[in-house]
Amino acid sequence: MSNLQITDLQVSVATEDGPKEILKGVTLTIKDGETHAIMGPNGSGKSTLAYSIAGHPKYTVTGGSVTLDGEDVLEMSVDERARAGLFLAMQYPVEVPGVSVANFLRTAKTAVDGEAPKLRTWVKDVNAALEQLNLDSTFSQRSVNEGFSGGEKKRHEIAQLDLLDPKVAILDETDSGLDIDALKIVSEGVNRFRERDAKGVLLITHYTRILRYITPDFVHVFVDGKVAESGGPELAEALEAEGYDKYLSAAR
Amino acid sequence: MTVTADPRDSVASALEVDHVESHLHPVSSFDLDDHPMPTGREEIWRFTPLKRLAGALDDTPGDADALSVETIGDASYVVGTLAPGQAPRGVALVPDDRASALASKHAGDAVHVKVPADAELAEPIGHRVTGTAGTRTHRHTVIEAGTHSRATYVLDHRGSGVHAGNVEVVVGDGADLTVVTLQDWDDDAVHVGTHEAVVGRDARYRHISVTFGGSVVRTSANVHYAGPGGEAELLGLYFADAGQHFEHRLFVDHNAPRTKSNVVYKGALQGEKARTVWIGNVLIRKVAEAIETYEENRNLVLTDGCQADSVPNLEIETGEIEGAGHASATARFDDEQLFYLRSRGVSDEEARRLVLHGFFQDLIRKIGLPELEEKLTAAVEDELARNVAGKVL
Repeated sequence: MSNLQITDLQVSVATEDGPKEILKGVTLTIKDGETHAIMGPNGSGKSTLAYSIAGHPKYTVTGGSVTLDGEDVLEMSVDERARAGLFLAMQYPVEVPGVSVANFLRTAKTAVDGEAPKLRTWVKDVNAALEQLNLDSTFSQRSVNEGFSGGEKKRHEIAQLDLLDPKVAILDETDSGLDIDALKIVSEGVNRFRERDAKGVLLITHYTRILRYITPDFVHVFVDGKVAESGGPELAEALEAEGYDKYLSAAR
Repeated sequence: MTVTADPRDSVASALEVDHVESHLHPVSSFDLDDHPMPTGREEIWRFTPLKRLAGALDDTPGDADALSVETIGDASYVVGTLAPGQAPRGVALVPDDRASALASKHAGDAVHVKVPADAELAEPIGHRVTGTAGTRTHRHTVIEAGTHSRATYVLDHRGSGVHAGNVEVVVGDGADLTVVTLQDWDDDAVHVGTHEAVVGRDARYRHISVTFGGSVVRTSANVHYAGPGGEAELLGLYFADAGQHFEHRLFVDHNAPRTKSNVVYKGALQGEKARTVWIGNVLIRKVAEAIETYEENRNLVLTDGCQADSVPNLEIETGEIEGAGHASATARFDDEQLFYLRSRGVSDEEARRLVLHGFFQDLIRKIGLPELEEKLTAAVEDELARNVAGKVL
């Protein structure tokens, strides 16, 4: 089961001029097997939504709730959220010098499962995951995200999605900065995840391009810290043709 | 018409082949009068807790035979002793501070290690010295690497007491020598001294300094060149706990063209009054055209109450170089790194250990000596397990 329920979520960040409200009451439910795309212009709060759900300390939740299968996510620490089944593929994955991808993946898998993976199958699993994302076998000996190209960083995020096997994946602009080949590889990785039982996906994007490869069940237009409109995949097509202008002028 | 007394003098001064006036590298001399007892205001002593040196700078003979010495590896390369002034002793090292001058003066005969020309040693050689509490010792070691030889020398310091030790290294033309110095002293030990190398034409010298233990450890690792094309890599790793003062001073004198130097020192500090000092001096003389140098010091401050000083100094007398740079950073844990790891389910404590492990691993894997790499990885893990896990963080 995977049911991520976001109800009237309000979030602010500290600025020099005091707290600034970014999310102004977001309500969204992602049920078993559903893929939701959130689309919106720059600065609308899309990434804030992703990082708030993951528990980044920069963001303060001032109201509302987030639950995963009924459990209060906001009460959990960052790592508890991950162990509860949330995964955030980041737009800008962080370099961790001196920590190999192999070490990192094994440590994360052990943490998420509560026990070390069986060595024999694990090595096979890691190699298969990397291979499917077109990352060669020397990749696992490199330091996490250090010196990775933009495409390698994103493919590494999706390899983690495959191996850590969360309940709900939040993909924050995973498509940004990818060429078309890399975009296809990453999309195929996400689609393989979606084919598994009872997985939820929240796909945050600025562009409609990735939606040609990952077909969402629902599309939400995100403007000024909340959902301005929701619909099916056809809404993405309308956005492609018309852009965000009508929502932006309405928000003003 | 101007008459120059000796045209060679003016050429010498134009190229500054001799001394360059600078506080970075005081006049070298065997004469103790040139190195008076410091007051603590001197540039080269201002970071050092003089009161805690426990007589290390006193001009009195030490306790003879108070240092127990074991040979590491093949003892046949320890070829004898060298009296003061007996070459090659004095070829590379002329003391540049009082500690070094005292080590030289009171050490008596120096231990002479010699790797013959063209010899390639498969296993490291070296010495393990163990000090005794309540004693003062002086030691001078001369390591001579013959032309085109290849070897690793390890100097392992343990135990207690007050120790002034010099290491003088002559790297022959085309030789490849690695010197590893481990400071794994007991918590009350004091260690001062200078490691000075002269690097031959097209030779490669690596100096790896690891400091985990001691009350005060203050070492200078210096390099200069005997000809063009020499390469020096100076690596350092240290972990200072409460009350420990670890001071690593480095000086690379690019006195020959097309020489290279690369300095990377990394340290972690934790606990009340843990203190580290890193001084990275690099001089690029006028003759040193087409050289390349880079120095880097990174400190990870794990708790409140620690202090890390990091002072890179670069003096450039010629612009005709390939590259010169330095980086220095002293920081706490990076919140974004921790967030990234924790967002993958890794607990806060384990995320910190992983970041710290990686911080040192980044340096350890540059060493290229598998056995030492394993040992250091284990030592770092041990420090982490003892100190980071659960306690202060």
